[in-house]
Amino acid sequence: MANLKTPDKTLGEGLREIGLSRRGFLKFCAATASMMALPPNLVPAIAAALEQARRPSVIWLSFQECTGCTESLTRSHSPSVENLILDLVSLDYHHTLQAAAGEAAEEARLQAMEANRGQYLVIVDGSIPGPDANPGYSTVAGHSNYDILMETVEHAAAVIAVGTCAAFGGLPQAKPNPTGAMSVMDLVHDKPVINVSGCPPIPMVITGVLAHYLTFGRLPELDAYRRPMAFYGQSIHDRCYRRPFYDKGLFAESFDDAGAKLGWCLYRLGCKGPTTYNACATMRWNSGTSWPVESGHPCLGCSEPGFWDDAGFYEPVSVPIGVTSKTLIEGAAVGAVAGAGIAALARKAKKEAVANRQPVTIDELEQKL
Amino acid sequence: MSGLDQIPVTIESSASCSARSRDFGNAPAVLNQIRDALERLVSSGEETCIDLNAMPFGPGDLERLTELLGTGEAEASVEALGPTRIRETGIPGVWLVDYLNAEGQRLTLHVEIATVPQILRPQPQDLACAIERLDARLTRLRDPAHSPLSS
Ligand code: SF4
Ligand code: SF4
Repeated sequence: MANLKTPDKTLGEGLREIGLSRRGFLKFCAATASMMALPPNLVPAIAAALEQARRPSVIWLSFQECTGCTESLTRSHSPSVENLILDLVSLDYHHTLQAAAGEAAEEARLQAMEANRGQYLVIVDGSIPGPDANPGYSTVAGHSNYDILMETVEHAAAVIAVGTCAAFGGLPQAKPNPTGAMSVMDLVHDKPVINVSGCPPIPMVITGVLAHYLTFGRLPELDAYRRPMAFYGQSIHDRCYRRPFYDKGLFAESFDDAGAKLGWCLYRLGCKGPTTYNACATMRWNSGTSWPVESGHPCLGCSEPGFWDDAGFYEPVSVPIGVTSKTLIEGAAVGAVAGAGIAALARKAKKEAVANRQPVTIDELEQKL
Repeated sequence: MSGLDQIPVTIESSASCSARSRDFGNAPAVLNQIRDALERLVSSGEETCIDLNAMPFGPGDLERLTELLGTGEAEASVEALGPTRIRETGIPGVWLVDYLNAEGQRLTLHVEIATVPQILRPQPQDLACAIERLDARLTRLRDPAHSPLSS
């Protein structure tokens, strides 16, 4: 919707200009509240805030990823509302979606950074070959992902890591991690980083986080893994409609036994619901049609760190339930601190290079890991 | 003879295919929540809205809930950002408000416990300019060029 592109207009003004009535606006706010997982009694407050909101500039960087996160977002089920949300941000750079290519595209990114210094949002999908990895594993316009990330976040207001790859390393980081893949929070330490994990994340969660920033002008409350509490505050298991069967000890033992047909709990078939924090059980997938557990398949734990390496998909979670989340978080905190130290050192060494960013050279490409 | 005959076929008992669809027992909890809200509406006029999209319903739970609430007399629809269908349930003061997008897909589904649902009432800012709008029409009427007698 090109007619929303005047940056100095408030959102309310922009929406009315495209002919949205007040009732339409109220409906937009009701859908947005639902998308942000906020109770409907906040709709008036959301309406008042959105009325005054202004469009932030967003730069979307894609690194070692499969484009599944962008697919999830652009094929989301409520195009009218989610498109409005997307139209309400100024998406100034996105490889897959932008019309510009080559130098013009890179120019657009630099311009957006300059014009919105200190205020733009950076969204990242995909993991990044770390500063010590061979930079040739993933480049954009001849520049390493690491250099582009560091250059782009320098004057950003915040960074949103979309998808498990950007948030925790994901598939590229799975052992033996051939590309030296690292997550955004492994590398960016002086900016707020929000993780919107999932492989891919639920589209409504991606837009929900953007809507939250638009509405309240600040980032949402985060959990220990820097995921928004509104969406990742409860485990799949806590909100699973099969939970009464779990509590009664009624488990499906195979995918086609009598228990499976009666909709019993999938714990013994490897369900990671008890250790996985995500909004699937309430927000669902595919136009709100269903979600994996409802379709009879255990949760794979796609929104958790170590998703690929932690356990087999069909092995029951072996840790006693109830202890897990805390232990996991403590373990991760230690890992994160160690990782931060290493990355800080590496960053120091790279600082000069970033200041004068150069395309990846043949020598660098030939360097062994 | 095709090999299909060798596949054993079992007929499920009539109990598992009875007329009432299976549900996961989540409807009563919401009904109790609605009851509390209704009490507040009656005693103090306080309105409540419950987002059914945010409920951890299993298959059949929503159908069970709407079946229990029943259907009332009033029905309305609002065309703004796609259709919104409003239906009074069999319990006065309890409304189902179904927000759909232009393609008819559900954006969210609310139970509103109120005398009249929010979206049906004129919005305050619109009301503020209502007189002005009507006056403009009256002025046009008084204008001889628009008077029916002048034609
Ligand atoms: S183990 Fe899985 S299927 Fe069972 S109640 Fe928990 S989330 Fe649901
Ligand atoms: S059910 Fe589990 S594995 Fe499936 S999308 Fe949700 S969090 Fe990921």
